[in-house]
Amino acid sequence: MIAFLIQRLLQGAAVVAAMSLIVFIGVYAIGDPVEILINPDADQATREAVTQMLGLDQPLWVQYWRFVQAALQGDLGTSFVFNIPAGELILERMPATLELAVTATLMAILIGIPLGLIAGLDQERWYAKSILAGSILGFSLPTFWVGLILILTFGVWLNWLPVFGRGETVSVFGIEWSFLTLDGLAHLVLPATNLALFKIALFIRLTRAGVREVLPQDFIRYANAMGIHPARVVSRHVLKNIMIPLVTVIGIEFGSVVAFAVVTESIFNWPGMGKLIIESINRLDRPVIVAYLMVIVVMFVIINVVVDLLYAVLDPRVRLGGSNR
Amino acid sequence: MKSFTTLLGAGLAAATLAVAPLALAADATIGIRTEPASMDPHFSYVATSKAQVTNVFDTLIMRDKDLQLAPALATSWEHIGDGVWELKLREGVTWHDGQPFTAEDVLFTFERAPNVPNSPAPFGQFLSQVEEATAPDDHTIHIKTRNPSPQILFDLAEIPIVSKHAGDGATTADYNSGKATIGTGPFKYVSWQPGGTLKLTRNDDYWGGASPFETVDVIGMPNDASRVAALLSGDADLIDAVPPESYERLKADDEIGIFMTPDVYTTYVFLDTDREVTPFITAKDGSEIKNPLLDQRVREALSLAINREAIIDRLLLGLGQPAGQLAGPTMVGFNNELQPSPYDPARAKALLAEAGYPDGFKMTLQGPNNRYVADGQIAQALAQMFSAIGIETDVETMPSNVFFPRASGREFSVFFLAWGSAQGTAWHGLRGVLMTYDKEKGYGPSNRGRYSNPNVDELTIAAMSTFDVDEAARLSAEAAGFAFRDFAILPMHYQMNVWAARNGFVYEPRQDQMTLAHGLTVKD
Repeated sequence: MIAFLIQRLLQGAAVVAAMSLIVFIGVYAIGDPVEILINPDADQATREAVTQMLGLDQPLWVQYWRFVQAALQGDLGTSFVFNIPAGELILERMPATLELAVTATLMAILIGIPLGLIAGLDQERWYAKSILAGSILGFSLPTFWVGLILILTFGVWLNWLPVFGRGETVSVFGIEWSFLTLDGLAHLVLPATNLALFKIALFIRLTRAGVREVLPQDFIRYANAMGIHPARVVSRHVLKNIMIPLVTVIGIEFGSVVAFAVVTESIFNWPGMGKLIIESINRLDRPVIVAYLMVIVVMFVIINVVVDLLYAVLDPRVRLGGSNR
Repeated sequence: MKSFTTLLGAGLAAATLAVAPLALAADATIGIRTEPASMDPHFSYVATSKAQVTNVFDTLIMRDKDLQLAPALATSWEHIGDGVWELKLREGVTWHDGQPFTAEDVLFTFERAPNVPNSPAPFGQFLSQVEEATAPDDHTIHIKTRNPSPQILFDLAEIPIVSKHAGDGATTADYNSGKATIGTGPFKYVSWQPGGTLKLTRNDDYWGGASPFETVDVIGMPNDASRVAALLSGDADLIDAVPPESYERLKADDEIGIFMTPDVYTTYVFLDTDREVTPFITAKDGSEIKNPLLDQRVREALSLAINREAIIDRLLLGLGQPAGQLAGPTMVGFNNELQPSPYDPARAKALLAEAGYPDGFKMTLQGPNNRYVADGQIAQALAQMFSAIGIETDVETMPSNVFFPRASGREFSVFFLAWGSAQGTAWHGLRGVLMTYDKEKGYGPSNRGRYSNPNVDELTIAAMSTFDVDEAARLSAEAAGFAFRDFAILPMHYQMNVWAARNGFVYEPRQDQMTLAHGLTVKD
């Protein structure tokens, strides 16, 4: 177990290092941030001074080395645009994104898995067929379009729900949360629904496929033959057996919602990390881009570890360990 | 969500009572496209940050909605000889914490503005004319300038004045947190999160008259569609940068009012008028040729090939005006005689033939696709128009973060972009874009086509070296005449700034694009 965690930690560190280098080179290749940031009528001397001050006149490897040195001491650099430490800027916005991602993932689990079970268990019934057909919509409609339609319908025409921002927030442990106020919850509904839609469809499909695979197996038939109550068969035997692929996908999906909620965040003006990263890319704010991607890599590493640990809980045959697999 | 009915109610109440119309305790929410990067007035010179900072801080001299200089914290200014300008400061003005505003604060600001650490767009350039600033008494400032030029007046309009007592030793973080954000402006700072909401509350003692709104929230809404949706749903009372595709829809809406004015941004086509061989122009068979843009007739032909009216009509949906120079009609030094080129493809073809290119040539036109109104589509349209006169034109558009570094690196031959004469003077654009690129003297810093004309240089320098604003205007107009009759660059159109507000709200549209909370009022 300890060996497993250490191994994962080392792997994670290697990925973070490789990623920072790739991003550094990538952003460097796009061009000179000073061209974007400076006032266009600033004279050439000012431009040079700014380039020098930001350290952008140095060769790439020197810039990278300086970054690594600072990063090892916990300093991920200061945003060119905001003059605020990049790490701080990102962490400040993380609660907003996490809140959105958790809500969307919970919605997807609570709606997607039950519907998937129904679709798999009663597959010949009309409602099972319509659930399946409906999931195609969830897959194929682009997020930004659905977001705009949600805004138009519930915000503009019906005027039921607010369409931008987080609304009122409450500070808990120094972090602002909006799911603790009624106004905040109202603000959360539309963007979370928008994010959840695709995932609901995905979970319906996955659950259904799992159910179809497990149902014909001997132990289910045997359980049925023994006269065990159908509800118990589903909860004890079917569900538990389809959980492993589901947990994997839930983990990955949660990670990608956190990392790439860009579209939803910008349409609903949700002040999260996605909105920050897209603006930072537009302005070539390299410290923020690099720091953001590093945070995301770390998060994925953690999620994967959690998923692996859950495997062991769900399936006694799975053992965690280095080489003795 | 503040609904329309509350406002209507408030409006009715005011109408019936008909007393103290400014005492309405209404609130307002403003949706802006570009968020401020900092609440430190001197951290980075970006027009969008300046607009929000200006809600809290005043300048000595301000620009009104049509870019004309107007008194703010300075009530009058005069050249008293020897390169010294005397500014009389407004008396009786207090900071938001009640302390009186004096000349000390101005001198402190001049010290602080150019020296903010880590600034990617430093304020030093606006104080480069100041040799020495002194305060003979509490309400007078003497500024000795380096060059005989009225430029200092325009530069002073860029520098928000901060208080000495709150700002001494204050860092950018202190201004972001509100600790040092004590201004003299129409609103007091309440809170701000980078990329989040700027909350303001009214300054009841504002020298320019208190706002009718008790509190104002300014929220960044970079996505065009959601900004418009926020207005339609009543979540925002005013939005800026209305996209052309929503303009008709909003105009037809009875609950929405539209406020617009020409923009300081003028779009134009840059041409490589310098190199013998330019990277993106070849003969039709792909072989290398001498840069045809060196020939004035070819440049004129390109200008005649552009159907400006069609672009404004179809791509900007009417939100633009054809341009024949960089400066706009209300700017100091606008040249009345310069007309936009007519659309005349026949004459364009004749000029090409005359210049020795009867069959045209091949070129690639570059442009950004997320910077200006309809920019990607405009580049496409331009290419078709150039192709129509026999110049086979490919188009390459890219995000502005890729485009600008490449354009400044002189990788292109013909490219589309815009210049914002934010100071409202013609010499601003002449110096920035059209003067010969001179690293030592700091001329032509954005001259990416490297046009060079001694007449333009000489006249522009002369314009920047006189105390007489009228003379400066005349000289720059003359310089512009030389540049644009030579087709140094091809001006296309002035953009329009469009705001939309819910009924009951009125916004004073500004050419400089700034969305100011104080510009928002209640319809009477």
